Amino acid sequence: MAKDAFGAKVKEKVNWPVTILLLIGLITIIFPLYMAVVIAFKDPSEMTNDIAGILSLPSSWSLDNFIEAIQVTDFFNSFLNSLIITVVAVVISVLVHSIAAYAIGRNMDSKKLFKWSYYFIVAGMYVPFAILMMPLVKQTAILHLDNMVGVMILYVVFYMPMNMMLYTGYLRNIPIALEEAARVDGASTWTTYWKVIFPLMKPMHATVAVLTGLAVWNDVMTPLVIMGGQGVNTLPLAQMSFQTAFSTNYNLAFASYLLAMLPMIIFYVFAQKQIINGVTNGAVK
Amino acid sequence: MANLAKAKVGSDRNRTFLLILIPVLILFVAFNTFPLLTGVFYSFTDSKGYGAFNMVGLQNYIDLFGDARVGNSYLFTFKVAVVSTLITNVISLVLAMGLNSKIKFKSAFRALYFVPQILGALVVGYVFSYFFTYIVPALTGTGSILASTEWAWVAIVVVCCWQSIAQTTIIYITGLQSVPEDVYEAGNLDGATGWNLFRYITFPLIMPSVTTNMVLVMKNMLMVFDQIVAMTSGGPAQSTESISYLIYNNGLSGGQFGFQCANAVIFFILIAVISVAQTKFLNSREEQL
Repeated sequence: MAKDAFGAKVKEKVNWPVTILLLIGLITIIFPLYMAVVIAFKDPSEMTNDIAGILSLPSSWSLDNFIEAIQVTDFFNSFLNSLIITVVAVVISVLVHSIAAYAIGRNMDSKKLFKWSYYFIVAGMYVPFAILMMPLVKQTAILHLDNMVGVMILYVVFYMPMNMMLYTGYLRNIPIALEEAARVDGASTWTTYWKVIFPLMKPMHATVAVLTGLAVWNDVMTPLVIMGGQGVNTLPLAQMSFQTAFSTNYNLAFASYLLAMLPMIIFYVFAQKQIINGVTNGAVK
Repeated sequence: MANLAKAKVGSDRNRTFLLILIPVLILFVAFNTFPLLTGVFYSFTDSKGYGAFNMVGLQNYIDLFGDARVGNSYLFTFKVAVVSTLITNVISLVLAMGLNSKIKFKSAFRALYFVPQILGALVVGYVFSYFFTYIVPALTGTGSILASTEWAWVAIVVVCCWQSIAQTTIIYITGLQSVPEDVYEAGNLDGATGWNLFRYITFPLIMPSVTTNMVLVMKNMLMVFDQIVAMTSGGPAQSTESISYLIYNNGLSGGQFGFQCANAVIFFILIAVISVAQTKFLNSREEQL
């Protein structure tokens, strides 16, 4: 905001040409979503082979496709599975990764073991899932973890490198004097952590929760290889099995895609600021 | 006495830290390091993924370099990754400058342009698959590019960029906001305008964001998988098989477990080398400025 010599805000001229260009550019974002919405509401008989038939508004806004899609894909079941996996993975990540980062971050400057552990874990960021995938399929089967529990454990491990880096980075800004004050009062390290440090890391918890949550919610590969073909679906997996079974009814398909996108869109409407901040902080730090 | 008490508190503290560290390390080793090492081990075998197997030494690695399908997947993946990274970064930077200028409805614009980031790549892939199969051919009067061995990769690039631009833009906006207003004013006084202002003042100052975005997008694109599953399943004629897709497809259900483990080892080394090299190179450019 520009200010004049006396510090008062000056009303700035709106850059209309750029505003209009940005408005036009929004078509690229909105068009695919518009297409999904109109097709999802249409009856298959309304779909003619020309573009007008595909993209015109439906003659009536019927929810039939959605109701059928909910039944065919067993929507509520896969939604619940996705929700459980995401919530559990996020909560455990926040608790475990933050305390691990505390142990490592407070000791890595003085102790080799902790410093070495830090680099060991953070180097995990360079390990693509593709190389872990095949051995993990065998390993989880042997351990009877080829199910939702196994998938959740894997997420906690996969996002550990990124979250470890974020948390230890943030921890550097928290003065050690705060803990020492608590220690002088006789608090144990454990209590000090939960009472003093954990609450102070709140902004980083939000970032970690957003990054881990988004990644887990939308992930396809892990549940696909670990618990694929067992009839237990996450929301993306349900779209995949639906696609192979009913690929010709596009109206039904798009209703199903929209249903799969809806929970995240609703969440975004309410937590937009936290999500954008989380994604930005996670990448910039 | 005081020293003794202090030492005791210190050792309690150390014990707590070790009690935290050790289980976490065990968990990480069990589900990251161990499968990684198992993968490396299998890469020296002729395992099909089930039953008995023999050690074959470096045979898989030797075969890998002569395998046309593997070679094509590397070419395809790098083509998509490099092109998408460049397009994403150019568009995002322009978009970020637009979103950072004095426009109306600023926060609404930012919120809407961010939407692709929150959507799942698989479902977005399905929507774009329809777009390329029905809408685009109807407009251009040609066949679907998804059915063309020559052009299907372009569709993959489009959908990858559509999603990745969201996050990249937000990161550039943060970078642009960190450039103090008076730097521009000083530039203006020196007569720098338009392109020169960008080239010599803005761009060097947002170099950290450029580094972040280049590395981030490139790494994500090299691992492209969901979009392939949703749009082409590697087709037509295996022309859009990404490395991850090939490893998944042939390693888990194609009876090439050992061979694809070798492929995955090479892929892992490449990802690590590229990410480290890219960070080093771009960081060194930052320091010069």
